[in-house]
Amino acid sequence: MLTMRSALKDARGLAAALLTGTALLAPGSLLAQEDETTITAVMHSGLRVLDPVITTAHITRNHGYMIYDVLTAVDADFKPQPQMADWEISEDNRTYTFTLREGLKFHDGAPVTGADVVASLKRWGKRDSGGQLIFDVTASLQSPDDKTVVWTLTEPFAPLLDVISKQSAVPPFIMPARVAETSADETITEYVGSGPFVFNEEEYEPGVNVTYEKFDDYVPRDEPASWMAGGKVVNVDRVVWTTMPDALTAINALSAGEIDYLEQVQIDLLPILESNPDVTVETRDELGYVTIGRPNHLLPPFDNKLIRQAAMAALDQESMLATMQGDPAYYNVCGAIFGCATPLGNEAGSEILTGGANIEKAKALLEEAGYDGTPIVLMAPTDVTSLINQPVVAAQALREAGFEVDMQSMDWQSLVQRRAQQNPVAEGGWNMFFTNWMVPEISDPLINVMVNGRGDDAWFGWPTDPRVEELRAAFVAAKDDASRNEIAVQIQEHVMDNVNYIMMGEYLIPQARRTAIRNMIPSPVPVFWNITKAAE
Amino acid sequence: MFVYILKRVLATIPVMLIVAIFVFLLLRLTPGDPAAILAGDAATPAQLDRIRERLGLNDPLLTQFFTWMGQLARGDLGVSLLSNTSVAGMVADRLGPTINIALMTIVISVALAVPMGVIAAWRHRTWVDFLVMSFSVLGFSVPVFVIGYILIQIFAIELRWVPVQGYKDPSEGFGAFFSRAILPSLTLATIYIALIARMTRASMLEVLGEDYIRTARAKGVRENVVLFRHALRNAAVPILTIIGTGFALLISGVVVTESVFNIPGIGRLTVDAILARDYPVIQAMILLTAGIYVFVNLLVDVSYSLFDPRIRY
Repeated sequence: MLTMRSALKDARGLAAALLTGTALLAPGSLLAQEDETTITAVMHSGLRVLDPVITTAHITRNHGYMIYDVLTAVDADFKPQPQMADWEISEDNRTYTFTLREGLKFHDGAPVTGADVVASLKRWGKRDSGGQLIFDVTASLQSPDDKTVVWTLTEPFAPLLDVISKQSAVPPFIMPARVAETSADETITEYVGSGPFVFNEEEYEPGVNVTYEKFDDYVPRDEPASWMAGGKVVNVDRVVWTTMPDALTAINALSAGEIDYLEQVQIDLLPILESNPDVTVETRDELGYVTIGRPNHLLPPFDNKLIRQAAMAALDQESMLATMQGDPAYYNVCGAIFGCATPLGNEAGSEILTGGANIEKAKALLEEAGYDGTPIVLMAPTDVTSLINQPVVAAQALREAGFEVDMQSMDWQSLVQRRAQQNPVAEGGWNMFFTNWMVPEISDPLINVMVNGRGDDAWFGWPTDPRVEELRAAFVAAKDDASRNEIAVQIQEHVMDNVNYIMMGEYLIPQARRTAIRNMIPSPVPVFWNITKAAE
Repeated sequence: MFVYILKRVLATIPVMLIVAIFVFLLLRLTPGDPAAILAGDAATPAQLDRIRERLGLNDPLLTQFFTWMGQLARGDLGVSLLSNTSVAGMVADRLGPTINIALMTIVISVALAVPMGVIAAWRHRTWVDFLVMSFSVLGFSVPVFVIGYILIQIFAIELRWVPVQGYKDPSEGFGAFFSRAILPSLTLATIYIALIARMTRASMLEVLGEDYIRTARAKGVRENVVLFRHALRNAAVPILTIIGTGFALLISGVVVTESVFNIPGIGRLTVDAILARDYPVIQAMILLTAGIYVFVNLLVDVSYSLFDPRIRY
């Protein structure tokens, strides 16, 4: 780490060198990429929070997959697969017995034990909404020996494996028990996992650089890698994540071969890369993201279902997505609240959303509801590129339908503070905002926080919706996929009618890599196992 | 002189205290919630409240303020609310790139701008003067990121003489450092060359009309000696002031240039901390910036006496 004193010393050295004319241009080798054992990647944001359980930030989740492992993991078919452990389920579906596989070791050399798993799952269960539901019906979670974990429930919880295998927000990463005993409301301070990469704490600069080194003692599974499941075979020595706040600089750096991989490429800058034969542009995450509008169910006028329906009728997915993305290859009109390409995804009752704006219907609904012209405070973030356009397009559409719209611009931080306010608008409250989610984060009724209908305990917007809670409970109790799919259709129809939130469609974000980078597996989470890097 | 410096240093204490109070209150009055950034988008209000409690953000303002002042008195800048790392360490990591780029920029700027200003004044109302002033207007007018992109396109992408972006510490090899620092330094220098050249020209024009310059020329002193020894020295005070202010500005952060060239400097640290409402980092950065201004102003004031013997403290 550079100290203040060494910084000043360097500065004096530099001044002396410049004054004495010793400054020389770099030799050509400096411009070449690092060797083929290091992958340099520019990720979508800087890594600042190192605790993948306390936060739902994607970059921290990605960091989690680098250094930690998970008990079970979802594959490309959305099926839970063994990762650290195999499992057996009792006949009454109330006891899950996990057996840790051989060779699991933490980066400090200690073996992974059942006690570590129990402590990690308990901490995760305090943070994750799905985890909380499982712990609501947990009788005991114990480790009778070093290799075994027994999870006993008071009643069957059919989606248990789906919840603990989910790839996003928040996966139950396994940490040493001494780390996992940290309060769930406090960040951990020791970063030891048992995953395929070791976190290099010495080289870590928050928000700037993070370096991972191959964990030589990691034993991958034999199955081929598929999403977060399968063998995590590491073929490089180091992976360096770096942050580049300027999109054009990142594009130039990739073109010049200074970096190997760019996780997200701005669509308007794609032509620069597409003409470069040394660079491959692709979409490795075919599920992509959704953009949604969330009305505040507590305050007028959106405490009235008819007025929420009027807002939904006024909005047009196509125009909003086109404004956001530009190129139709990178967006998808979709009315499925669980995503269009997921196992539970269905578009029942969504014609009002996918068929374009219906201003006449919106006007009729407003009249029927007796809308009195109460202005809608629409919060518009100005500093998050992927969220700038939605409020502008929505405001215009809502005004056309007869809404009074008070669009208030603010930075994202002000928005996240204000959206937690349940007060009336005059006292800092709000009526609507837009945000984005990865599709796997909304792909079932337990993961999707926006279909939580528990009033004050629900996500911002606080719908009190006994019907959706009844359906979610039925989903938990459902015994097979067919029943779950049937309930998902009912939830979809109910949400379309009750307008818990407004699904505004799906969009994709292209990635780019040097052609020397090969064998990247398709996944919503960019993973660095399986990848090989050839000499250029 | 020593007593003067001591007095000035002591005078910084109330200044810094006022800055500290102001920054603390301003941050607490600004909307935003570090707990929301820490917990992410899916956190419920109850979870956020528990995290706020843990971070001490639910404590009364006075308690928070005195906790921070107590830390400062012990020389402790605190810990980042997000990364849980020492603020002093974060600042030290970012200070190196910023100081090095600032020094390089100032050296380039002074080396080019002072002769340009002197020559423009010497050749007043000729094409040389016109050329220098035209460059100066351009330097002021063209946004810094445009200059940065143009330099990257020419020297990094077309000619491939230097890398597009990044920063290496001089301890990793001077060539590695220089090849990455030269484009951002040249980019920043464009503004400072314009500023310093204009100031030098204006100051020199005033001095060149003085009687002692006419006397020196009448005595047959060589023109370069007249210009650089007699005139420039007497014109130095306003030039030094502008160089000092420029240096303080460079040290306190040049976020656009840092972003375009991907330099992990003070500017980006400050902006990132503000966007995330990372209070301890923002407070430290603003105190540091205030300290830098006070220190640089003191240095500039002291240096006046080196160039102008009439100034005594």
